[in-house]
Amino acid sequence: MSDSFDIAIVGAGPAGGHAALSAVKSGLRVVLLDEQAAAGGQVWRCKSTSIVSAPMTPESLAGNTLRKALAESAVTHHHDTRVWDIRREDDQWQLQILKNAKSSQIHARSLILATGAREHVQPVPGWTTPGVIGLAGATALFKQSLTLPGKRTVVSGTGPLVFYVASEIRRLGGTVAAVVTPNSRTDWARVLPAMALQPKLVARGALWVADLMLAGAPILWGHAVSRVSGHDHATGVATRNLARGTDGPSIEADSVCLGHGLIPNIEAAQMLGVPIRHDPALGGWVPEAEPDGRTPVEGLYLCGDGCGIRGVTAAGLQGTLVGARVARDLGKSSPKPSLRPWQRAARFGQAMTALSLPRPDLEALSTDDLILCRCESLTRADIIAEIDTGAASTNAVKSGRRACMGPCGGKYCQSVIATLIADRTGKDAKDIPPPTPRPPLRPIPLGQAAGAFDYDDLPIPKPAPL
Amino acid sequence: MIRLVPNHAARIKRSEKVTFTFDGMPVEGHDGEMLVSALVRANILTLRHAPHDAAPRGAFCCMGLCQECAVVVKGQTVEACRTEVTADLVVERV
Repeated sequence: MSDSFDIAIVGAGPAGGHAALSAVKSGLRVVLLDEQAAAGGQVWRCKSTSIVSAPMTPESLAGNTLRKALAESAVTHHHDTRVWDIRREDDQWQLQILKNAKSSQIHARSLILATGAREHVQPVPGWTTPGVIGLAGATALFKQSLTLPGKRTVVSGTGPLVFYVASEIRRLGGTVAAVVTPNSRTDWARVLPAMALQPKLVARGALWVADLMLAGAPILWGHAVSRVSGHDHATGVATRNLARGTDGPSIEADSVCLGHGLIPNIEAAQMLGVPIRHDPALGGWVPEAEPDGRTPVEGLYLCGDGCGIRGVTAAGLQGTLVGARVARDLGKSSPKPSLRPWQRAARFGQAMTALSLPRPDLEALSTDDLILCRCESLTRADIIAEIDTGAASTNAVKSGRRACMGPCGGKYCQSVIATLIADRTGKDAKDIPPPTPRPPLRPIPLGQAAGAFDYDDLPIPKPAPL
Repeated sequence: MIRLVPNHAARIKRSEKVTFTFDGMPVEGHDGEMLVSALVRANILTLRHAPHDAAPRGAFCCMGLCQECAVVVKGQTVEACRTEVTADLVVERV
C-alpha cells in the first residue's frame, strides 16, 4: 500500500490536530498519523471503549471538540499507526508506517512534526520498583481508563502536573498519601505574573491545592522523594527537605507517581537534519523552528511541545499557524493568523516549564547503585566508570555501555546521562547533545516492518572485486 | 468532610467485565480497557524482570515509550499500555 498526500502530520495532539484542521481548509490533501486509538495526544487522551459514561472534565471536553472537528473534516486520520522511519526521496517525504501489524508507506510533499513531549523523571533509588509510574503515565491511566495507580498514592514532582494528578486521584475516589514537590512556595510566587495570563487555570489549580488541604493530605513543599521502598511492590517513600538538607517524613503508600517536567520529543526532527540547541527554558534540547513552524530543512515544519515546552494552549495555536503556513508555501491562499495569542499562551506555558528546570539538589539524591538506564539496568557507577575512562559524549556512553540502545531508545536516560557527563567532565550542558537518533523511531516487530516478500525479489548487490 | 474536588467514582459506568489470563491466571477486566489498567486493578504490578539483574519491573510511562510493560500476546511482544482487554485474551510474560 502506498498513499500520496500534500501534507503528512505526525502526531494528533493539540498541535498536530489543529495543524491538520488549518491546512485542510485550503483544499490540500492532509494525512494525520498517530499511535493512539483516537486523536488528542497525551493531554487530551481519549477514554477507551471500556468507559460507557463518565463525568466530563475540561480535558475530555477539549479533546472531544478536536476529535469531532477532525471527524467532520476532510483530514485522513490514521490512528493506531506508528511512524517508524522518515526519509526524503525525490522532493517527497516518505514515511514508513505500521498499522494493524502491517507496514506501508505514505508519501507527502510537506511534513509537519507534532511529536509532543515525554516526561523527565529524575531517577531516585527505588524508582524501578513496580507501583512507581510517571506523573504523565498516571494521567494516561486516568484519561484513558479512569483507573487509579493504587489505593494510597504519593504524588511527587515539579510543576503543576503534580497537583493535577493529586486532584484526579481524589476525583476518581483514591487517597493521596502526600504531595511531595521540590518546588517551594517561593518558586510558585515567582511565576505568578505569568500565571495571571490564564486566570481560569490559576483558579483551577488553587482549588486542587485547597481540596488537598481540606482532605488533610500533606503537601511537602521544597521536598523530594529520596527513596522508594519495596521490592516487587512499592510500600512507601522516604523524603528529603531540599532547603534544609535534612530528612523529611517517611510516608507509607502502595503507589508512587514521579515526574520532573517535560522533554520535547525531537528525535524525528533531529534525524531529518534540523539543527538543535539547548534551551532549559523550553525543556532542554529543541529543534530550530520559526513560530510558524518553518525549519532550515525544506518542506519540514514543526509545532507544539515537540519544538519547545510551551503548553497545550500554545501548542494548539501554533498548530493553526503552521497549518496555514504550509498551505501558503504549497501555493494556496491561507489566512496569516496573528502571532500574539500564541506568544501570550507560550508565556504561561514557559512559566510552568520554569518550575521544572533541572535542579542539582535533586540530582544530589542519586546513589552509586542507582539504576539510570532502566532497559540495560546500568547503574550510576557503571555510567560514571564509562565517562571517567574517556566517554565524553552521550554517543560514546551509548556505544560503550548500550545506555540509550535498549528498547526505550534512551527516552528515559539520555538527559540524565548527559547531565552526568557534563558534571564529570566540567562541560556545559549545551556541549553535551543527545545521541544520534536512528530509525526505528519506535520499537517495532522486525517481521511486521519487513512485511511479506519473496526472497527471489531481493536485490543482491554485486560482490566487491577481490 | 467538605470536598472541593467531587468524588466521581460512583458516576463512572464501565463496559461489561470479561476474563482474560495473565501468565496462566484468570484476571477480570473491562472490555476495551488498557491492559495495564486491568492489571493494576488486579494488583498485578510485576509484569516482567529486567534482563540483567532480574529485578521486578512494571508499567512506568503508560504511553508506549519506556517498554517496561512489555508482555507477550499471540507470540508477539506488545506493550500492555497499548493493548486492549478482550474476552479470552491470553497474556504471557516476556
